[in-house]
Amino acid sequence: MCRLSAITSNKYFSPMENILALETMKEGHDGSGLGLTLKDLGGHFEKLKTYPILSGICSKSGAKILDDYMETAGFKLKDIWAPKIRNVKGITQRDHYFARIYDYPASFKHKSLSEKEDLLMNVRISLRKLGESDGSIFVFSFYPDTLTLKEVGDPLQVAEFFSLDCDNLKAKIIFAQGRQNTNYAIYLYACHPFFIQGYCTMTNGENTAFVPIREFLTGRKFPGYIGYNSDSEVFTHILHYTVRQLGFPLTYYKDVITPLKESEIEKRQDSKALKLIKQSLRPLCIDGPNVVIGFIPDGTCFMVHDSKKLRPGVVGGVKGKYALMSEECGLDSAIPKRDKSKDIFPMKYDMVIIKPQAEEVIIWNQLQN
Amino acid sequence: MEPASKLDQNHRLSIKELPYIIRWKDHRCKRCGQCTAVCPVRAIEPSVKLRRVVFSEGPLPEPSVVRKIYHVIEQVTDIDRACTGCGACALVCPNDAIEPEYNPSNKFLHYKNKGGEGYKRGGRRNDPYISTLDRLKFTRISMLTDPALDAGRHEFRVRTLLGRILPSDELPLIEKEGKLIIDEENDRFIPPVREIFPIMIGSMSVGALSPPMWEGLAMGVAYLNEVEGLPVVMCTGEGGVPPRLLKSRFLKYMIIQIASGYFGWDEIVHAIPHMVEDPAAIEIKYGQGAKPGDGGLLMAQKVLRLIASIRGVPQFVDLASPPTHQTKYSIEEAVAKMIQSMSMAWGFRVPVYPKISGTKTARSVLNNLARNPYAAALSIDGEDGGTGAAYNVSMDKMGHPIASNIRECYLDLVKQGKQNELPLIAAGGVGKKGNLAANAAALIMLGASAVSIGKYIMQATANCFGDEYNRCNICNTGKCPRGITTQDPKLYRRLDSDKVAERLVEVFKAANIELKKIFAPMGRSTELPIGMSDGLSVDDKAIADRLEISYAC
Repeated sequence: MCRLSAITSNKYFSPMENILALETMKEGHDGSGLGLTLKDLGGHFEKLKTYPILSGICSKSGAKILDDYMETAGFKLKDIWAPKIRNVKGITQRDHYFARIYDYPASFKHKSLSEKEDLLMNVRISLRKLGESDGSIFVFSFYPDTLTLKEVGDPLQVAEFFSLDCDNLKAKIIFAQGRQNTNYAIYLYACHPFFIQGYCTMTNGENTAFVPIREFLTGRKFPGYIGYNSDSEVFTHILHYTVRQLGFPLTYYKDVITPLKESEIEKRQDSKALKLIKQSLRPLCIDGPNVVIGFIPDGTCFMVHDSKKLRPGVVGGVKGKYALMSEECGLDSAIPKRDKSKDIFPMKYDMVIIKPQAEEVIIWNQLQN
Repeated sequence: MEPASKLDQNHRLSIKELPYIIRWKDHRCKRCGQCTAVCPVRAIEPSVKLRRVVFSEGPLPEPSVVRKIYHVIEQVTDIDRACTGCGACALVCPNDAIEPEYNPSNKFLHYKNKGGEGYKRGGRRNDPYISTLDRLKFTRISMLTDPALDAGRHEFRVRTLLGRILPSDELPLIEKEGKLIIDEENDRFIPPVREIFPIMIGSMSVGALSPPMWEGLAMGVAYLNEVEGLPVVMCTGEGGVPPRLLKSRFLKYMIIQIASGYFGWDEIVHAIPHMVEDPAAIEIKYGQGAKPGDGGLLMAQKVLRLIASIRGVPQFVDLASPPTHQTKYSIEEAVAKMIQSMSMAWGFRVPVYPKISGTKTARSVLNNLARNPYAAALSIDGEDGGTGAAYNVSMDKMGHPIASNIRECYLDLVKQGKQNELPLIAAGGVGKKGNLAANAAALIMLGASAVSIGKYIMQATANCFGDEYNRCNICNTGKCPRGITTQDPKLYRRLDSDKVAERLVEVFKAANIELKKIFAPMGRSTELPIGMSDGLSVDDKAIADRLEISYAC
């Protein structure tokens, strides 16, 4: 089962904290990949928060294609960050790992955030398509103040490979996943966390309802709903669809992926709306077992389960720093000095929500709303 | 002079031409006459023979010859009285002295057209071979990364939705203090939707079925809903609804059918002001899988007083529904206006959906419905469906198998992103070989929201004799030896409606458990796995390609 390590803090911290937490949970992943998504970046990126960052990997030929494309699209390169690569046995080095910071094309500078988001997503998709067939370009995210690193290998080794231990890379929200490959091929695009327009999730468990969910999402005709090299990518897109596209409050994500029974819905104040949501979004019921950890554009982080997840994840920490982990030992590694009695193991009706800057933790109960 | 053909019996059929040959055992028969009395087609009759017998009495062989009168049971070779193989004779025989045996080399169809009239019968397609549905297997079994569920312990919700579902981006919702509420200022029509058990009882009319059969089904359905908590719904078929039921609270478990004959609809419409509950839905029948292109047919001999009064017609006349709705002349007329009218009759509180026979052109109907926001579903009835009366040629040779038909319709909806908006109901051959839950689950995974069953219910609840070797299949004659499809009190008194109801409850409870036994290992429990095609495999590459599922061998 994949191991998940998310930390949200009001201070910048290094992704090594996540990696070391993953290391304590090592028996649960098979070294088939590490994915890192960092939001609210510090260090090198602290003064570049409004500029979109394109995160990815490319070959030498891919770099040329990418540069040409971005130039034609009107993006101006402002800065480049690249991890310092060390030779690590078992990890094959690719030509370029990059986070390229761009300025918007002149015509988009004064457009709304939503329009900018669509532009960034479309560019990311185009680049993905350009490089997907020959593996010359992999792009994971293209969004302001967000950076993604992915590589196949054991998390600790990948961290060493990227020299994360001596880099100044820091952020206030960092998600990391150590992958246990299940049904689908070991592939960079299958590596969590998945990101789309400010929405990000990572998951463990297996998604038995994957095919009907995928078919429903692709039927929305939204260009970003592609990929699905992992069955878990749909969780990110459901979040995006529910909150951004439909404009529902975040808690309704729980109602969409793990809908209540009719008799339970009757007890909710918003039962009329909930009934319609359950019907109209019926194919998005995940029917797990899964734990989903995610964040949304404002920096709110959350954890949800479905009722079949027999071993829940855990949330704990101190005011100003909370961790959302798939295992308790990961939490002990990330935030050892905390009141363990206050650790939260969300039950099937719970959604644990941590406000931006890790200010407070809310346990939202689906039955009581 | 006597023609030679009569003298040598050359005008008669030989017994080898007949589909069933009666095996009668002289030594076991006590000549009670029960078999000849029960035979619905008079295929056997008592006969008297004069035989030369050689016998010997005493300790030493002293053969002598005598001529003796013998009483025998003889099979008639008249094609109109050909044994149908029902086996009622074997059932009543106290000494196991008689039974019909299938004759695979029969030439029945060569002769069954006397008077220039094509062979008419009831039943199903006479195709005993295994259907595509029975070849599908459930191969995605959750294992270590995703432990399988326990069908006995986990909570399962084996339910589906019947009714038009609003597209998610058109929901009339607004946010107020972090909660979503219905936007009262938005005048978006919210269609009625019912949560039901995904196996429905398909349309079989009062008239086609005998009073105890229909009553037994209705009682069983009420029990399932009110005692067992299984929301099973049943379609009335065309031909009206008993007046007391129309005005009872049990109407909510009934889907009322309107077909091209509109039989019984005067009575139904007049009962609307007196209804205390809305029906579960209205089904508009445009076609039937067993006999595509044919209308309904209730033979005169079944139109007795009760049926005549429910249907609002004189007694003892053939009741033929036209093949199409005669007042309609285009798909827009036929479908849209009919749906609109029916919806209006119940104040848009009842889902209204059409039923068509399986056909290559199903997708054109589907696309018409997909654009009609009042269409509540589409029911497609495949070639393996059953009927009370039709031409043999229609039953055997017309129609489309349900598996690929439902699949292509579902995938068409997927392309349009409307697969959740318009539920598909699959019928025709579900449980043909007895695998009710497996066939239903397979169709659901191919894209059906629900399935309808008819023949399976006849077999399982009332021991219908019919099979795919043309056994019995005389539902059209009103002579059903089981009392299922007859209006003759002498015959239907054989059927106990309480027993039918009990069996119906058993059938659905068992199907519910079996569905869980299928869904549990596949890790599905919360929502019906509609369109979960990655769960299915088949050992035939061509079928796998056609259904867009995996090939496994």
